Amino acid sequence: MDHALRRPTRPRGRTASVSSLAAVALLGLAACSSSDPLAEDGGDGGGAGDGSAIVVGSQQYYSNTIIAELFAQKLEAEGHEVEREFEIGRREVYMPEVESGAIDLFPEYAGNLLQHLDAESEAATREEILAGLEEALPDGVEALSAAEATDQDSYVVTAEFAEEHDLSDVGDLAGIDGGVRIAANSEFATRPYGPEGLQEVYGVDAEVVPVEDSGGPLTVRALKDGDADVADIYSADPTIEENDLVVLEDPEELVPPQPVVPLASEAVGEQARAAVEEVTAELTSEELLALNGRSIDEQAAAEDIAGDWLAEKDLD
Amino acid sequence: MEWILENLPHILELTLDHLLLSAPAVLAAFLLSLPLGRLAVRLPRLREPLVGGIGLLYAIPSLPLFIVLPLILGTSIREPLNAVVALTLFGLALMVRSAADAFGSVEEDVRLAAVAVGHSAGGRFLTVELPLAGPALLAGLRVVSVSTISLVSVSAVLGVTSLGSLFTDGFERGIVAAIVAGIVTTAALALVLDLLLVALGRVLMPWRRPVPRRSASRSAEKGAA
Amino acid sequence: MTPLLEALDWVLTADSWTGPGGLGVRAGEHLLYSLLAVGLSALVALPAGLLIGHTGRGRGIAVVSTGVTRALPTLGVITLVALAAGIGLTAPMVAFIVLAVPSILAGAYSGVEAVDPQIVDAARAQGMSPVQVLLGVEVPLGMRLILGGVRLATLQVVATATLAAYVGAGGLGRPLFLGLRNYDYAMMLGASIVVILLAVVLDALFALGQRLLARRPGTA
Repeated sequence: MDHALRRPTRPRGRTASVSSLAAVALLGLAACSSSDPLAEDGGDGGGAGDGSAIVVGSQQYYSNTIIAELFAQKLEAEGHEVEREFEIGRREVYMPEVESGAIDLFPEYAGNLLQHLDAESEAATREEILAGLEEALPDGVEALSAAEATDQDSYVVTAEFAEEHDLSDVGDLAGIDGGVRIAANSEFATRPYGPEGLQEVYGVDAEVVPVEDSGGPLTVRALKDGDADVADIYSADPTIEENDLVVLEDPEELVPPQPVVPLASEAVGEQARAAVEEVTAELTSEELLALNGRSIDEQAAAEDIAGDWLAEKDLD
Repeated sequence: MEWILENLPHILELTLDHLLLSAPAVLAAFLLSLPLGRLAVRLPRLREPLVGGIGLLYAIPSLPLFIVLPLILGTSIREPLNAVVALTLFGLALMVRSAADAFGSVEEDVRLAAVAVGHSAGGRFLTVELPLAGPALLAGLRVVSVSTISLVSVSAVLGVTSLGSLFTDGFERGIVAAIVAGIVTTAALALVLDLLLVALGRVLMPWRRPVPRRSASRSAEKGAA
Repeated sequence: MTPLLEALDWVLTADSWTGPGGLGVRAGEHLLYSLLAVGLSALVALPAGLLIGHTGRGRGIAVVSTGVTRALPTLGVITLVALAAGIGLTAPMVAFIVLAVPSILAGAYSGVEAVDPQIVDAARAQGMSPVQVLLGVEVPLGMRLILGGVRLATLQVVATATLAAYVGAGGLGRPLFLGLRNYDYAMMLGASIVVILLAVVLDALFALGQRLLARRPGTA
């Protein structure tokens, strides 16, 4: 952006000063936004200041941002300087920045991350996945100890639908004539635990109804309206309980567990790592569900939710 | 409403991000459209291919453009420069036609008279044609400014921070207030910039007030006052 | 440039086009959504625009409201309506109509306004009724600009209709989002190429229509 703004615009004649005036106005704006997080990845010297600050990143997913905020506030409480680079879209966008050290700390989900790093990986259990992750991560990036909390895809149906078709685990869906429609983000269609895995492991015929809200209100609505039979909703999503939805059991462990795991660069020192691990040690699935619940029900901001939780756990 | 009040600082921050993406793009599109529009008028045969061809940039779906550009520019998706370039292209698609029309409306007699008075080509462009085309250019610029500001939001789907982030976040958490706040703030930002452009036009073109050729801007001013 | 070549390769592969989720079906949906949205918008905006142009009344309101409507971000409108109406076509249709109306309306009233007032006066002097003046003189003479508005609206809607897939509808946004989420750039760009082709073909048809009109004597 700075390139675009700072290109000198010489006033040429009266009318041309339209542009120079506008340029001056813009420069003014740019000047008062030196704290703008976007300005930093411009690459030309903006940078993360003197390098002593720990840069914490988060996905564009409210729950992930809450976890990142937990790490950030814990580090601040320990006297570290922290810079927040939150709400970064997708794994492919932020992983290069984690690998290059532009981002020092990032809460991740072990299963999908391993899949991203090593598409061939066959790890299925929590232990296998965490071990696989350690191997697959590039030099300079380390996985700190994972939380008990996991936030994984889960197959859910409405209580009525479960009753009508006598469903308790995913395999029971095979009994429904004509297959089932599953509301999920579009990438679900190509995930190993998507339609292909369902067919292979449970003999279920499934068609994807893509809704891009990551199991949010529209997905739930599609389920209730009967526009979909099954929905893929993250297990830590409080809407499951609120809407009286039934999570189908997955006895064959088709869906890999997604324990929350902090990724740390070499810039995160020992003391800071210990602080982050104090947070993950307290983070159980129930706790994560409660944190997310505050975000959905009270529509509270991530920093407030995180601050309250740390205080409650005496971690601040 | 309560959500909006509680998150006001956040919304303001996003508004600034939004402005920093859209304003440079509008400015760049405007500056680039001047030589292109002038060229289209000077070479009538090139006019339709040039104006029509650039106009078709508008047909590119914005999301993929945000992703392809980094491959061409060597930037990262999240880099503001990337979004600015994409928005500039969309702005150009609208602005080049306006610029060509604006310069085309400068009468040939006037142009010849300027030559007769002894203006060089450059001097003629800056002191005669540009001021005369001014009001029509301004009308085009206002359309570009409004549509660019509303276009920025789409980049939020890719994680570029702007008022559009309120849509993606509100959508996933089911917060209607966030989405409404995003829509209203975007519209308000567009309105403020539009008023600024009108005011700028008055300062820079005092000889042409109110604009008689396009009563459009006149009524807009009235409505706002 | 390699991703672009791979995308072309993907588009030119027969397999990409067939099947229930193939490009053929998606392009058909995309075209259908676009035409439906532009058609519905024209149904409202054309009569309104012609009336405004003919009477000169309500022009100020029209200018301000088209300006405000243009500023409404499509992503915001689509997510907002989707939260209220659920998945399916409702939300995208509302958003696309919001997108298309300003261009059609502006084209319609400026088309009528651009007609030489002397011709309109002459028509009145001959005893034509206001309806006859509008339909017999102003609309045919202003047709190039009126069509221009519909043309711009079509271009905008075709390019934006990919967002329908964001809230569970079909169209070329489906392969686009699938490619986006799966880092399958060939699929994502390939879908975009088809969108652009669709837009270019429709735009060329409009250009042809406008050119044919221009050949008729006396048209503006």
